[in-house]
Formats: sequence, structure tokens, C-alpha cells
Amino acid sequence: MDITSGLVTAQKNIYSVFEITKKIKNLLEENFHDVWVRGEISNLRTAASGHIYFTLKDEAAVIKAVLFRGYQKAVPFDLADGMKVIVHGNIDVFEKRGEYQIIIDLMEPEGIGALQLAFEQLKEKLQKEGLFDESHKKKIPAFPDTIGVITSPTGAALRDILHVIGRRYKGIRIVIYPVLVQGEGAAEEIVEAIGIANRRREVDVLLVGRGGGSIEDLWAFNEEIVARAIYDSGIPIISAVGHEIDYTISDLVADLRAPTPSAAAELVVKNKVELLKWSKELIIRLFTTIDRIVAQKKERASFYSVDVLLHRLEVLLNQKNLILDDLTRSLYSCIEAVIIRVRGRFEKTVGQLNALSPLNTLARGFAIISRLPEDTPVFSTTDVNTGDEIKSRLKDGLLFSRIHQIKKLPSNGDKKP
Amino acid sequence: MNPSITFEEAITRLEEIVKELENGDIEIEKALTIFEEGTRLAKICAKKLAHVERRVEILKKGEKGEDVLELFQGLEED
Repeated sequence: MDITSGLVTAQKNIYSVFEITKKIKNLLEENFHDVWVRGEISNLRTAASGHIYFTLKDEAAVIKAVLFRGYQKAVPFDLADGMKVIVHGNIDVFEKRGEYQIIIDLMEPEGIGALQLAFEQLKEKLQKEGLFDESHKKKIPAFPDTIGVITSPTGAALRDILHVIGRRYKGIRIVIYPVLVQGEGAAEEIVEAIGIANRRREVDVLLVGRGGGSIEDLWAFNEEIVARAIYDSGIPIISAVGHEIDYTISDLVADLRAPTPSAAAELVVKNKVELLKWSKELIIRLFTTIDRIVAQKKERASFYSVDVLLHRLEVLLNQKNLILDDLTRSLYSCIEAVIIRVRGRFEKTVGQLNALSPLNTLARGFAIISRLPEDTPVFSTTDVNTGDEIKSRLKDGLLFSRIHQIKKLPSNGDKKP
Repeated sequence: MNPSITFEEAITRLEEIVKELENGDIEIEKALTIFEEGTRLAKICAKKLAHVERRVEILKKGEKGEDVLELFQGLEED
């Protein structure tokens, strides 16, 4: 028996490697099953299995760490070497290698909220990819007939949108694409709804949003899949998330950002209401100006065109009544007074014109007509062709015009062709 | 004129016509010609103006999972 052997056999407890490891394992795992550790990430790598391995270190020590795939949902931001983090988990001993490591189930960046960091990271990534570029933003239609709304069918956002649109303008169709706006599956539903709206092609513009809430509540609108769906949408999208202070990735990608759902609705109908008002004004001005022109020019009209003018005015008068009927049926009753006034003026002018006999005008009017560019005199309808430019000399000036129509009068053919 | 002209296109052209007429220095023939065009445009616009019906629909899943548009009933608080 040698000395060594004697020493060894003198010991009562001899562990096998497995046994001592088991003891260490029990000791560590029982005492450190719920710990928080602060450190810096290094040697970060993602295995083929999807698990993420790294070392947590500080100035004096290192500890191995693993974030299994199943727990990665709880960590919304991307990890990087050098990032300072606080992790939660339990210590685990891997017997076969004689190593211990921390199995992470929660993780926070140090000094900033996890979601805040995730937001910043995604914002930077999408910015680099050009998802926020102004050049990609689509124009919001000024005159939408149909508005799509992607939001919760029971939420405050929808109530606000319907309220605003109902108050400002009723002549509009709204299609609601109901979705969850927070919690599990919300982002996927929003993405699907954007896809459905684009396939159905029934709306001119989409409002995508929800009422205000915490950053967790608004999280679906910070998801990358939602951002990409908004970017890829062929239909212009106005994002309408939360109240003024809440900013989301969706806001940055959308073609237009409204601070609240109400404001989004305002934006959409404001254009429409304004265009409607403008079109009314134009129509009224159209009729006002023609009666002024006719009144000014009727005495100076060259003789050959008076009967044509009268005929055309008659036709127009009939159409005008149809238009005015439509106008009178429209929303703003205050406009009606103006229409009635214009109608009166127009009819009076036309009445005056009707009272003018073409013969009287012929007697009063005087014109020498020549064909341009040669300036050759025109004596007969056969001296000119449709489309020719002619010059009429009146007592007080020249008229340049183009021939639209040649109509021979059988009773008054002063020259035979 | 193209019958499928949009409201926005109609408005834009109508604007030009009204400006030209209001400019004043225009011969009556030309004035009437563009006035005629303006009248047709005005007709298009007036039709739109006369449309005042508001309709709110919601997309739902039908029995076979197909998309169905239904009139939206909820949230009427007024």
C-alpha cells in the first residue's frame, strides 16, 4: 500500500464526478433559482437551434448565459455585444461540461425600458431601409368617396371617427375592417386587414389606429410586420394612434400621420367639404360670369353667329336647370339663396338676348370678314372651310375667331358657289 | 368629354374655365364654347354634391368564412 492509496482509503466520502457535480448542481440550483444579474453582453451568438448564447461580464468576472428560443418573445429588443442589461433567471449546472450558466427568462436593457429600446432599434432599422422616406408616401385623395377604418369595432377610436365624419359631412361611405388593436395576435390582424382592404379595393383611403394607451397597449403599431404592411399598401394610409404624445412606428411609415383618430377623420373630410364648397362656388361663378359676358357682348356679336348663339344658350339653359336642381338638393342650404339669385340673373339675360331679333342685330351690326392668314375677303360660306381662322372688323375693333360650323341658308345665298 | 372623369379632374378644369371667363377679354363664341364644357363639368360636380347619404358598413366573416359587408349597427350614441 502506498501512501497515496492509504490517504485515499482513509477518507469516508468519496464522490464520483457525477455525484459531486450533482451536489453542486443541487446547491446552486436551489439557492439561485430566482436571481437578477447586471452585466454586459459579450460573445453573443445565436445557435442553429435558435437559442441565444452569450457571456455576461463586468470588470471582475464572467458568467455564461443562455436565452432559449421559447423565452425570446419576452425580449422585444435585439441583443448586441456591449449592451448593458439586467437579466432574470435561474442558475443551471450542465453536468457533462462541468459548467454553470444562467438560464434567462426575463431581460431588460439598463437605463431604458425594453419596449423603448425595441422601438428605437426598429425605427433605426426601418429608417435605414427607407420605409419612412417622403418620396414613397402616397398622396391622400382630396375627394374620397369611401373611407376604410382598421380598428376595434368597439373602441373609442371608431366612435370618434364616426362622430367627426357624421358632423362634418354625411355624403361618405365608411367601411370598417374590425381588428384587435392590442394583445396577442393584434399585429397579425392589422396586417391581414390591410391586405384584405387592398384586395377588395373598395376604399379610397385607410385610417389605421386606436385610442391612446400605454406603450404596451400601443405595441401592435410598433411591430415590424405592421410597419411593412403599411409600407406595401397600395391604398394611402393615415395612421391615427393614440393621443398627441404617442408616437409609433406606424405613424412614421404611414402616408400621413394624424395625432388622434378624430384628427384623422377631420383630415379626410376637411378636404372633401372644402372641395365641395369650392365646386359650388365655381358653378355659381360659371353662371354669373356667362350672363355678364353675354350682356356685355351681345351688341357686338358678329351677325353670322347670333342664331347659333341663341340656340346654344337655349340648350345650356335647359342643362343649367338640371344642375341647379342638383345643387339645391345639396347640403348647404345657405347656398340656395345664391343659386336663386344667379338663376334670376341668368334667365333675365337670356330673356334680353331672346328679345333681340337677329334681324335687328344684323341691321345694327357691321362686319367685314376676311380669311387668315392671307387676309382674303370672305363673301360667301364657300370662301371658307371649317377650322379656318377669320378676322371680323367691327366699327370699334377686330375679332379673331375660328370657324366651327358652316351652315348655308337657302333663302339668303347671296353668291352661288 | 370623358364620362369617367373624376371629381377632382372636373373641378380643376372648371377652375380654368371660370378663370378664363372671368378674365373678361374673351370673344362670345369662345366664351360659349368653354361655357358649354363648364356646364357639363358642373353637371358632374352637382351630381356629387347631391349625394348626401352616409353609409357605415363593417366587414364580417360569413358562414363559410367568406368576407361579407354588413351595415354597421353599433356605436350609435346620438
